[in-house]
Amino acid sequence: MAETAYKKPTPRVDEETRGYWEACRRHELVLQRCGKCATLRYYPRAVCPECLSGEARWERMSGRGTVYTFSVTYQNQSPGFRDELPYVLAYVTLDEGVQMLTNVVGCPADQVKIGMPVEVTFEDVNEEIAIPRFKPVAS
Amino acid sequence: MSLKNEIAVVGAYEHPRRWAPDKTAYQIAAESARGALEDAGLTIKDVDGYATSGVGPIGVLSMCHHLNLKPDWIDSTAIGGSSFVAQVAYAGAAIRAGLCRTVLITYGSTAASERFAIGTGGGFSQDPPDTFDIPYGPTIVGAYGMVAQRHMHEYGTTSAQLAEIAVTMRRHAGLNPNAKYRDPITVEDVLASRVISSPLHLLDCCMISDGGGALVVTSAERARDLKKRPALVLGAGVANRHNGIGQRDILDIAARQSGARAFERAGVKHADVDLCMIYDSFTITVLATLENLGFCKLGEGGAFVQNGRIGLGGELPVNLDGGGLSSNHPGMRGIFLVIEAVQQLRGESGERQVEDARIALCHGTGGWLGIKHSGATLILGAG
Repeated sequence: MAETAYKKPTPRVDEETRGYWEACRRHELVLQRCGKCATLRYYPRAVCPECLSGEARWERMSGRGTVYTFSVTYQNQSPGFRDELPYVLAYVTLDEGVQMLTNVVGCPADQVKIGMPVEVTFEDVNEEIAIPRFKPVAS
Repeated sequence: MSLKNEIAVVGAYEHPRRWAPDKTAYQIAAESARGALEDAGLTIKDVDGYATSGVGPIGVLSMCHHLNLKPDWIDSTAIGGSSFVAQVAYAGAAIRAGLCRTVLITYGSTAASERFAIGTGGGFSQDPPDTFDIPYGPTIVGAYGMVAQRHMHEYGTTSAQLAEIAVTMRRHAGLNPNAKYRDPITVEDVLASRVISSPLHLLDCCMISDGGGALVVTSAERARDLKKRPALVLGAGVANRHNGIGQRDILDIAARQSGARAFERAGVKHADVDLCMIYDSFTITVLATLENLGFCKLGEGGAFVQNGRIGLGGELPVNLDGGGLSSNHPGMRGIFLVIEAVQQLRGESGERQVEDARIALCHGTGGWLGIKHSGATLILGAG
């Protein structure tokens, strides 16, 4: 089982974020759009910081974006990460305009460039969690 | 009710140790309290306000217990390594408001002897927003590395330009008998050191040391009766940056806001500043801070730090003690920025003294520059 080998920290799923993680488990990237002011937000939270409305709907994203910035990490003593050095920590700007902290995977670290088009890919961790990461768009 | 010329730092003490496996963090803080109060010509009985900040067990109530303090004002601002810079302003506001008269601020840490991997370990909670970051392995170095990478992309800044900052800090450390690393380094040395998180090399990163320090803050009026020349608070500002709802210009850092407030409140211009003490967690921190404080335009930081400009004898000397890159960094460096600034304004800095230093700017960054961070700016003038 893959989950026995997974040593990295997993996110806490709670009332505010369950919809996001449930969608990830279906391999869909969804974000909340405010039901009142229509602002799209990441990370998920119950109350819109723009207008404090509690109404929101989950909206499926294209899953495509570009690398805003990144750092190839060669040193991290934490369990899980130390076994995968080097790895690419990055911000990806989704085509919908929202940035996410993530990893770029699926290509050698030295090929990652700012502005590079990427698309979401999900790693199934356990029955509750799949982690969205980004890989280069197949050319 | 502004702070300008009304509040003074009257005591400043940096613990000389960088490696102290024989001491506890509390002991370092207490020894520093003794040093700062002696420096001010005051005693622990004069203290009626107390502030500290720390991670883990170094809580303000425990420190009050340890020093047997029962002050009228206590503060445990926890905005990272900048906290102590902010606390000088907050202490000043409390004194102006009549909540207390004499504030002691202390810091002590044994990060090095406890082998605490600050920059490349964990340190995240599962609370929002951290829970959306932890799956991806952010480290402090990686968070700052992403800022450097973006800066290079937008402005063509080079690793050699960043390295110049590390080289300058090391030169200053050579003039500081207490600094941990004093042997000169070159740009080539920095570039040849291993990459920790690209594009930052080992020598772009601050060290982990033990250490601590303390400050004493009181009214300018009271300062006139004390033994040493005070450093007067001219202006201060505190701000933060984070990813908000997912829109972020990673090169817009808290210093832009805190610095603007501090300059406006102090009524001084950039050209009036004789020296800067800037939290140099990494070389990129100094570059981004100088730009965001307005000492040069955004994108011009790489050129600005070249040719000795930020060295002793240059146009804008930065981190005369050698900074976190070469003097000390027990995890939260903010207090050392203020201590060195006070000593410079008094003319006590020996070989590394900036000639006729009248105005000093301190800027602390707390937290993780590329993820979420605070900035605290404090402008001090010679009393």
